[in-house]
Amino acid sequence: MRQRDPLLDIRGLFKSFGSVEVLKGIELSVSDGELVFLIGPSGSGKSTLLRCCNRLEEPTGGSIHFDGKEVLDPKIDINGLRRRMGMVFQSFNLYPHMTALGNVTLALRKVLRKPKAEAAEIGLKALERVGLAHKASSYPAELSGGQQQRVAIARALALEPKLMLFDEPTSALDPELVGSVLATMRELRESGMTMLVVSHEMRFAREAADRVVFMDGGVIVEQGPPEQIFGAATQARTRAFVSDVAR
Amino acid sequence: MERFLDSFLNPKLIAATWPAILKGLVVTIEIAALVVVSGLALGLALALLRWRAGGWFTWPLMFFVDLFRAVPALVLILLIFFGLPNVGIDLPSFAVLWLVLSLVLAAFAEEIIWAGLIAVRKGQWEAARSTGLSETQTLIYVVLPQALRLAVPPLTNRTIAITKNTALGTVIGVPEIMNQATTAVSFSGNATPLMMGAAAYLLLFIPVIGLGRWIEARFAWRRQ
Repeated sequence: MRQRDPLLDIRGLFKSFGSVEVLKGIELSVSDGELVFLIGPSGSGKSTLLRCCNRLEEPTGGSIHFDGKEVLDPKIDINGLRRRMGMVFQSFNLYPHMTALGNVTLALRKVLRKPKAEAAEIGLKALERVGLAHKASSYPAELSGGQQQRVAIARALALEPKLMLFDEPTSALDPELVGSVLATMRELRESGMTMLVVSHEMRFAREAADRVVFMDGGVIVEQGPPEQIFGAATQARTRAFVSDVAR
Repeated sequence: MERFLDSFLNPKLIAATWPAILKGLVVTIEIAALVVVSGLALGLALALLRWRAGGWFTWPLMFFVDLFRAVPALVLILLIFFGLPNVGIDLPSFAVLWLVLSLVLAAFAEEIIWAGLIAVRKGQWEAARSTGLSETQTLIYVVLPQALRLAVPPLTNRTIAITKNTALGTVIGVPEIMNQATTAVSFSGNATPLMMGAAAYLLLFIPVIGLGRWIEARFAWRRQ
């Protein structure tokens, strides 16, 4: 069923901040349509790994292949690449001076150079997909955290990315708002979107992930289907972490 | 009471002086408008240049900014008006006043807008860049609007404070409100023209303050 060539292929990735080595030779590939969960204690390098994928952080060494291109090639059209790799942040980062629709259509108009009407049409469809078409003219401050995060997801989706990166998308949300964001992610998964997710939502990982990757101290300790990671992990560190978060 | 009215609100003097005050008001409005436009434009340009050029540009910029913020406008006006002719540059008093006040406003505006630029959270840059916007596009469409929104209240205050300094033009003979009023005072020995000058300033600046409030309200999305 699945394409053999991975959509995202990370090889020997290193990242240091000054003298602190945060990623120590990461090897990870994500196939088309796969939902991969990155878990691990804070400071394990999960978010940094995610941010290296679209070069919000500049890796120190290694290679990242995405959709047939080398991301770390200095000559790559980084803006063109980023638009095909949507990113959702912990703190939403919506533009506060623009409506929900304005947030979703900005890149459509300025990066893809769509005319205003066409951008609005695409933007509304994206908002519809996250169940917020009726909030198109609301400003971020008028939306709940969960709604803001769904607008942020729509902002990325509108550009028709091949891969979506989620950096702790529910960590800043009140517990009662988490469900709506997870529901949106579940729908994305059902539509076949490839997703790389850093999150502490273990229940969601167990039920929706194709693969769970456990990181600790800048390395991948273990990876496998959720049943393995959560039920029969081979590494002691993984078992300790899983039993810690289960409590 | 009568003596008070006679020295401050003398009807005969009001009738005789108002055409001169009105002329002064027009001159003040002209300079003020020029100063606001060129001072704010230059301040914005300097802040953007500082953002774009970074490192090497900061030092000369800081020198300019600190100089024009530290030295009183009156000193600068006198220095340039009486100093420049010695090196062969003869600027009319109107131009000197405009130049000095513009540079002073630009120095403050640069600092205020810069503070606004760096107050916009890093996440805004990252979100915009992650959708493929270039650095310049992110600045123009995402960061600058937020920075300017933050800058409006202090910028309004500064702009009013500095355009009020058009009154300093009187020392080099620019025929603005203050100059007209003090001339009339010295001829009449009565303070009424000064009261009229004060009224003229009120007439000019109350709408400016109102405009500042309006701009603040117009862009009043809440910060997150």
